[in-house]
Amino acid sequence: MDQTLIFWTIVGMAVVTYLPRLLPTLFLSGRTLRPLIASWLRLVPPAVLAAMLIPSLLVREDSVDLGFDNLFFWAALVAFSVAWKWNSLFATVVVGMGLVALGRYFGLGM
Amino acid sequence: MPIVLGYVPIGFAYGVLAGKSGLSEANTLLMSLIVFAGSAQFIAVGLFASGTGPAAVILTTFVVNLRHMLMAASLAPYLKGWKKRYLAFFSYELTDETFALHSSAAGKLHECRLEAISLNITAQFSWVVGTVLGIIASGLIGDIKPLGLDYALAAMFIGLLVGQCESPVRVITAIFSGVIATLLYLAGWHQFHIIVATVVGATLGLGVELWIKR
Repeated sequence: MDQTLIFWTIVGMAVVTYLPRLLPTLFLSGRTLRPLIASWLRLVPPAVLAAMLIPSLLVREDSVDLGFDNLFFWAALVAFSVAWKWNSLFATVVVGMGLVALGRYFGLGM
Repeated sequence: MPIVLGYVPIGFAYGVLAGKSGLSEANTLLMSLIVFAGSAQFIAVGLFASGTGPAAVILTTFVVNLRHMLMAASLAPYLKGWKKRYLAFFSYELTDETFALHSSAAGKLHECRLEAISLNITAQFSWVVGTVLGIIASGLIGDIKPLGLDYALAAMFIGLLVGQCESPVRVITAIFSGVIATLLYLAGWHQFHIIVATVVGATLGLGVELWIKR
């Protein structure tokens, strides 16, 4: 694609990213939400993170693959325990990427 | 500080991938400056590389980032007394990562405006620094896979998710949502699975919470 067209596409992406971030804070700030809605919203972060993460770990080419060649899944098991034990984003990212790199070095996975 | 360190390798991975996918250096940097959304930027780079048209890229970005609306709404009650211009700036840099940190200290947000905004600025600064390093390295790195750079985003989500799972109900919610997202993805929903699984997962989690409290 032409770089000028990519430029305008990025501008469009910026608009559709900013509005959903902005409107709720402008219109709901300081309002007390009904307790049920507030409880629901508190569960959104774990839900959204899991929804983005889990398919990328389990699915390979349109089916669930837990074989040893699915490095993303096995590295995730270790990364989860690192995150759990040290509670460090940096350690989790470095260990995760390091394991995938190491696995590939030894010819495992994709 | 942890967010700074966590962001640099991921911004780096994005910069390298964008360079490899044929985005110009200026456009790669621009996206980190005006879009600032980790997963959407990775997805967009993939779409550009496969020759997807502008309308589809923008629509995908919208759907993938719609979750920020729920995140913004969940922080909003704590942003009491903030002026509109601070809200506008705060929202601009609201991402999965900054949101996770803010929501873990949400009770203090109304009095810690300066800290909250500086955290956002630091986060975007390190994202941009990572991007610039990635753009520079993109010409030097032949293939990203031996470095595991394509795993950066997933590893970051793992770190953030574990930080969010401080009660059994939250763990159950994450499992529901993750399973539903996987099933929808397998059924061929490659964009809307995130937002649908989030809504259904959080609702089921709320049901469990109410059921336990009874």
